Amino acid sequence: VSRLANQPGELINRDKVIRFTFDGKPVEAYEGDTVGSALYADGRRTFSRSFKYHRRRGLLCCAGQCPNCIVAVDGAPGVRACTEPVREGMRVEHLNAQPGLELDVMRATDIVGGPFTPPGFYYKTFIRPRKLWPVYEKVLRHAAGLGVLPKQQPDREWRTEYRRRHADVLVVGGGTAGQRAASAAAERGEDVVLVDEGPVPIEPIPGVEILARASALGYFDGIVPVWQCDTLHQIRARNHVFATGAIEQPLVFAGNDLPGVMLSGGAVRLTELYAVSPGSRAVVATTSDHGLHAAAKLADAGVHIAAVADLRESRSAAAEQLSARGIEVLIGHQILEARGRTAVQAAVVGPIGVEGASVEKTFDCDLVVVSGGFAPAMSLLLQAGARTRYDAARGCFVLDELPPGVTAVGDVAGVDEAGADADAAAVAVPPPVAGAGHGKCFACLCEDVTAKDIKLSVEEGYDSIELSKRYTTVTMGPCQGRMCQLPAIRLMAKETGQSLEQVGTTTARPPWVSVPMGILAGRPFEPAKRSSIHGRHRELGANIKWAGDWRRAYDYGDPQAEALAVHRAAGLIDVSTLGKLLVRGPDAGEFLDRLYPNRFSDLKPGRIRYGVISSDAGRIVDDGTICRIDDDTFYVTTTSSGAGAVEEWFSWWLADWRMRVQLTDLTQGLSAVNLAGPRARDILAELTDLDCSPEAFKYLDGKQANVAGVPCLILRIGFVGEVGYEIHFAAAYGEHVWDALMEAGRDKGIRPFGLEPQRILRLQKMHILVGQDTDSESTPFGAAMPWIVKLDKDADFIGKWALEHYAEEEPATRLVGFTLPNGHVPTEGAVVMDAAGAPVGQVTSSRFSPVLDRVIGMAWVPSPLASDGSQVTISDEGTTMRAEVQTRPFYDPDGEVLRS
Amino acid sequence: VSFLLTCPNCGVREVTDFGYGGEISARPRSRPTLRQLGEYNYFRRNVAGVQREWWFHRSGCRAWFIAERDTRTNEVLMTALPAAPGPNGGDAA
Repeated sequence: VSRLANQPGELINRDKVIRFTFDGKPVEAYEGDTVGSALYADGRRTFSRSFKYHRRRGLLCCAGQCPNCIVAVDGAPGVRACTEPVREGMRVEHLNAQPGLELDVMRATDIVGGPFTPPGFYYKTFIRPRKLWPVYEKVLRHAAGLGVLPKQQPDREWRTEYRRRHADVLVVGGGTAGQRAASAAAERGEDVVLVDEGPVPIEPIPGVEILARASALGYFDGIVPVWQCDTLHQIRARNHVFATGAIEQPLVFAGNDLPGVMLSGGAVRLTELYAVSPGSRAVVATTSDHGLHAAAKLADAGVHIAAVADLRESRSAAAEQLSARGIEVLIGHQILEARGRTAVQAAVVGPIGVEGASVEKTFDCDLVVVSGGFAPAMSLLLQAGARTRYDAARGCFVLDELPPGVTAVGDVAGVDEAGADADAAAVAVPPPVAGAGHGKCFACLCEDVTAKDIKLSVEEGYDSIELSKRYTTVTMGPCQGRMCQLPAIRLMAKETGQSLEQVGTTTARPPWVSVPMGILAGRPFEPAKRSSIHGRHRELGANIKWAGDWRRAYDYGDPQAEALAVHRAAGLIDVSTLGKLLVRGPDAGEFLDRLYPNRFSDLKPGRIRYGVISSDAGRIVDDGTICRIDDDTFYVTTTSSGAGAVEEWFSWWLADWRMRVQLTDLTQGLSAVNLAGPRARDILAELTDLDCSPEAFKYLDGKQANVAGVPCLILRIGFVGEVGYEIHFAAAYGEHVWDALMEAGRDKGIRPFGLEPQRILRLQKMHILVGQDTDSESTPFGAAMPWIVKLDKDADFIGKWALEHYAEEEPATRLVGFTLPNGHVPTEGAVVMDAAGAPVGQVTSSRFSPVLDRVIGMAWVPSPLASDGSQVTISDEGTTMRAEVQTRPFYDPDGEVLRS
Repeated sequence: VSFLLTCPNCGVREVTDFGYGGEISARPRSRPTLRQLGEYNYFRRNVAGVQREWWFHRSGCRAWFIAERDTRTNEVLMTALPAAPGPNGGDAA
């Protein structure tokens, strides 16, 4: 590793060598190096290939701002080498070049492809023949982009965290001004967070939380997300101080993208922070004293300064000092071209206002240092609502108005912290482009947009900066306009004849810093709900799947046999996922009367009634059973998926009506199983003292009793079509009750059954599943449940007005059952067609019924066809079949089995 | 959107803690015309300014409450549990 002698402010620890690889080759670095500084010290000049033309690109800013050094680290693309600290064993690889960085075949797009790749080329060059677009697209997508996301699992396993932080003051930027603002706020007793992305450590400030090597990504309604390592801090502060500094601007000239062309700040950072010489012989082009100071610093570090081109017309004191050191300073000169094959070999400069080869001077060099003035880094301020104006003297847009609670300090506010005098601060505004006749002059390095491209976009009618941005994609790359917005505005002004003020800036949008998607996604959080009996389902080998937030047993290996067991002996299903609400209080009956279209105040204690919740638009929201426990207490069950929403719905109306009712959500606290089948009664009777005879425990009775010693609420309902007991009890007893029922049923042929056989069983009874057989358009009338709506109720109820209207009108479609003669089970969602083949309805449920030995289903069909015996045509992905409509349950249509 | 709301029970919390119930609208008290019903169900005033609206502390105490919020700035001017019901119901009735 070749290094300069010790530099006073260097960040490297020369006693500690770090080894990593670049494209498989070993590289040695020092602790404190960045990948960029280490590779540069190792002699590397080409760091990447450009987006479109695959031109060589090298270090430019050395501050994480430009796109030139983006690499992949350990498989993750999009990492800036110049700011990424070196780590032992890290795997660094180039992006966007095939087969390698030094020989990239796509370079042809630059050499021969120029005429075929103007702005919008994929709409021009690749438009004909139209049929070939899929091929073009594939090739273009392969050629474009900045790297490939890792597909192997180990590379993708990356845990990220969210952190929320509330503070009085957030200071973004840890330079002199930022530290001063943070310190002052902390002294006032305020809770301060300071965010800094730079490599230079900040000394602790009392009362200030410092987030080092952290980047503020944007400003969202008072929240500033800050990315630091694997954490996204979401910082909400009452006041914001932005000390985001100013960004050195490149110059637009021929070959301005060649490796070896470096911003003055970048060259100085390499020298001072990492003791790496940026070159041996340099030409410096500047618009202010900034480049002159850089020239002096580089000369101090041993770089031979071949010439300095100062755009200004007068000779500053700094220029005099350089001249005194024997350095040639060309006043009133600009750079026209950087020349070289793989890196800078020479620079051409010329006097401003005069053209022609006779006045041009060419200097051999391996480094071109440019300084095109500074643009305040205002993006976050603009996102927060700040306004700007054009400052002609400084040649850039500056802050004008700030929103309340937002302050700008330091360079971003136009305050030079170095305290330079007026003469030294004087800046010449560079021409939009120089040396255009010498070759490609890049306005935008990220997206390979040249000065000529912007001219062309104006000629083609994209004559506003926002349009040109979208057409050429200038400012839309990884640098987010840091390097290209001002040059693009200058070029637009030149081509449209407008002032810079008139051209204006593009809208500042987040993210200000390139950020991995994983950071934004945060840690995956997928809570899974499991019933208290879940362990038993696993022991029984259940096929367990997601059902909303729940993990549920879909079947235990043979859904058809499980369904048959319910018909022939007994089945046991875990229905703990049902929503369970206790509605209690003197007004409980009236409350439910107002919430449901049917009546509950007249329900006798110990009895159960089915209920459908409708919205005020008359649409079905949820369904379930309601058992009156005593005068003041109702036990309400809801669908599994609707449990949370129904609780919110109930409590919302309760908050509005302020009735004497208390709601208690027992969904998590209680477990439930449904014991169903011809032998269910015998099994239950073995475990309870309750009289289970059909006379004593009738269909739709709800009784409280001990089962296997556990206090239970037993609801005799018939969702699956056989005699059934839905047993609810404290969740802690889940396995105990399950085991007791399975044991008692062992000699009676009991089988556990899952969700899938339950779906077959309920379909045989045409019991709807809300959300499966209904959607947000379904009314109780269309869903064939007009009996559920009691319009003669005295009280107003939710949905009354709409249901009164629907009661008078024939619904366009109705939910009916259908049977199919053949063995094909249509897909749920298959289309019901009319005679002309137009879609008029859809299949919502369909299954093969083992007990009926035929295919059954439910579908929405036009009302005229919604009668027994009608024939409807179902089209299922190309297969057409004739189904017969049936309006009464397929199994036990008169409910004799159910009531037995 | 991102702002703070003061739950009447729990205090100041991030908006992501809450569910939004929409602007408070008047439910018809007698049989509405079809148009009135449609407007009640599907139309919102959607004011640019201070709006009275429902919020639900979903990740907290699970109480519904009323807020006054400036829809232009997301400044929440007031939050309160619903007042006692009027002769025909509560705030939304």
